[in-house]
Amino acid sequence: MSSQTALSATIPQTRTGRPSWYWPVIIVGSILVVSTVRVLTGAHDIDSSGALTAAIGMAMPLVLAGLAGLWSERAGVVNIGLEGMMILGTWGAAFFGFHFGPWAGILGAVVLGMLGGAVHALATVVFGVDHIVSGVAINLLGAGAGSYLAVRTFTGLPGGGPTQSPPLEQLPFLSIPGLGDWLQQLETSRTWLVADLAGILRTLTTNVNALTLIAIALVVGSAWLLWRTSFGLRLRSVGEAPHAAETLGVNVLRYKFLAVLVSGGLAGLAGGFLVLVASNLYREGQTGGRGYIGLAAMIFGNWRPGGLAAGAMLFGYADAVQLRGRGDVIHAYLLPIGLFLLGWGIWQLIRRSQGKPMTGVWRIVISLAVLAWFAFTAEVPAEFTNMTPYVATLLVLAFSAQRLRMPAADGTVYRKGEAN
Amino acid sequence: MKFDFRRLALGAAAPVLAIVVALLLTTVILIVAGDPVLAVWQVLFKVPLPRQLVAIVNEATVLYLSAVAVAIGFKMNLFNIGVDGQYRIASFTAAVFAGAHFLPGWLNIIVAILVSIATGALWALIAGVLKVTRGVSEVISTIMLNYIATYLVAYFLKGAAVKVEGSNATSTRILAEDSRVPGIDISWLANTPNKVYGLLILSIVVGFLYWFILNKTRFGFDLRATGQSETAAVASGVNVKRMVVTAMVLSGGAAGLVGMPLLFGQDFAYGDTVQAGLGFAGISVALLGRNSPIGMAISALLWGYLNQLSNGLQIGAGVSDRLVLIIQGIIVLSVVVAYEVVRRARLRLEQGRVARELATIAGPATKEVAA
Repeated sequence: MSSQTALSATIPQTRTGRPSWYWPVIIVGSILVVSTVRVLTGAHDIDSSGALTAAIGMAMPLVLAGLAGLWSERAGVVNIGLEGMMILGTWGAAFFGFHFGPWAGILGAVVLGMLGGAVHALATVVFGVDHIVSGVAINLLGAGAGSYLAVRTFTGLPGGGPTQSPPLEQLPFLSIPGLGDWLQQLETSRTWLVADLAGILRTLTTNVNALTLIAIALVVGSAWLLWRTSFGLRLRSVGEAPHAAETLGVNVLRYKFLAVLVSGGLAGLAGGFLVLVASNLYREGQTGGRGYIGLAAMIFGNWRPGGLAAGAMLFGYADAVQLRGRGDVIHAYLLPIGLFLLGWGIWQLIRRSQGKPMTGVWRIVISLAVLAWFAFTAEVPAEFTNMTPYVATLLVLAFSAQRLRMPAADGTVYRKGEAN
Repeated sequence: MKFDFRRLALGAAAPVLAIVVALLLTTVILIVAGDPVLAVWQVLFKVPLPRQLVAIVNEATVLYLSAVAVAIGFKMNLFNIGVDGQYRIASFTAAVFAGAHFLPGWLNIIVAILVSIATGALWALIAGVLKVTRGVSEVISTIMLNYIATYLVAYFLKGAAVKVEGSNATSTRILAEDSRVPGIDISWLANTPNKVYGLLILSIVVGFLYWFILNKTRFGFDLRATGQSETAAVASGVNVKRMVVTAMVLSGGAAGLVGMPLLFGQDFAYGDTVQAGLGFAGISVALLGRNSPIGMAISALLWGYLNQLSNGLQIGAGVSDRLVLIIQGIIVLSVVVAYEVVRRARLRLEQGRVARELATIAGPATKEVAA
């Protein structure tokens, strides 16, 4: 394992990255596919502004959790305790949000999350405990502390109880004036492509929550900070080769500690988003494993901000569709997925020159099964919709693990002065 | 001899230290939150009633199985977070199989347990295969598989559910009288009509097998060797990939047993009210018990004790029983920190000893070289 990574580090990168038109083509292509599927299957909720707004609402906690994971793992500390820090954040947001208003709620979420981050940093960076072990313990601790504090502070408040906070004041929603009605008209026309673009624009310009904008700014800011500044270079060097960084005078422990603290704060904010925006109150079990999905989104996105945002959007979308009870939407997706697999399989079969004709065959078999599923059912059961993010992550990991590259020293315990 | 004593003291120091730290920190939390400190400790340090004693042993029985499942992975440096999903999908399958009553009485129970082991092993196999063929970290894949298991079970439970009159809980068919494992009567020991799970024996057997296989067989040696140094294991001819898959399957098989005492001794069916999260508790117990068969038994009992006595917190001290989750969390966290500190202290001790011995053997010449 270590010899492999050492080897790959010495070989200069030959691939110069994707051409500049790659992402625009992917985005335009997917809009075309989605709008065609919508018209063909009549599942109009597939990209209605309602569904997209819900998707953004579901995705933002995942984006923030993924970003939290990114900060920590880029500095070489695996943070599986995101879930626990998120739970702490939900309580912080609700407690401070109720007593001092929603903006204080944001602060409360960040501070409580940072508290969890500080514990993780203390265990992993200072004491050198195994990162996963510490993370699991923090999840236990976070869940326990969150529900203990909730019982302690929310019981007896008007509308509150041992497992639920009173309803909270909302953060402001922002819109670009004058666009909403016009776009809504276009969207309800249900015309191919026009309605879809209108739906997307409407989602982006009307009733956007302030915290959503903050979250987007945090993603962009983190990308800039980590990849465009010397601070970011040092922080990432600590995750790639801590001993090399040490020889260059980087205070490795300080960078790691700071990164985990920031990670905790972002995870807390992810919990705060759930409380302040997504549901307007604290409920026990509100995070529902989103810390883990955020981590999955980060891996899905290859430890990069853009990738993790895309992964989080995908998972958030699946979540939103399922919450809106639209089994027909996921069902509609079976069509393009089946056709895509069929085309891929046939293409593989045509290119038999690779000497592996069998790979095409099973793709065709699966595609036929998917298409049959599409043809003979009207809906995908809710349980399978729920499963989507997890299955997607597993499949991405299974089929592109070779393309994923995590920070080289991720998860290893660093002790000062042990370079050799 | 003196040195050995110190080692022993160091070994016991970590868990004791952790528990003391947990008590201190919890006291601080209680003071900050403004809860009655003394009343809380009075409730938690009461001598358990006979009825509670039975409940503690029963809870420990289940937790111990879960801890062993986790520990098998730990010994191989594998982190099987998936015990939670594995035991639920396995108990569900076993409950459906046993509920169908294909076989009479005891045979039904034994085959159902085997079915459960096989299901748990199969579910863990996915993670094992993904790890060795595609390089997917078992930590992430087992977390994903936990959720997939949750929804799969929910889906199939809807199909397999039997309507019970006057209740809206969904569960599999309830086992017939002859397919239940009778409890062990301990009225001769403690004054209570409650019975200890008959499958307590299963836990003890599993604990013994765990100790025997790991410490007394070639396979166990290879497994531990792979966990401690993969390169050394490869050099001695161990097929690491096969070892990873085997360890994962064994861990999953043991996870399959977790739900068995509950299924055959208490619930007699698998429903949506079945206890979740036992897999995660197992991780804590394994960490606290340092993967040792005896250590895990003690920590499983400690966990059961804390869980049972915390039930009285609300009435006895007016404090939420969730407090126990904080105590347990702090214990786990401080125990891993303490083990790490002790491990380093031990290392320093040993280095010092070796250096001293070398110095006395070789005289001052080596000292110069070493310096």
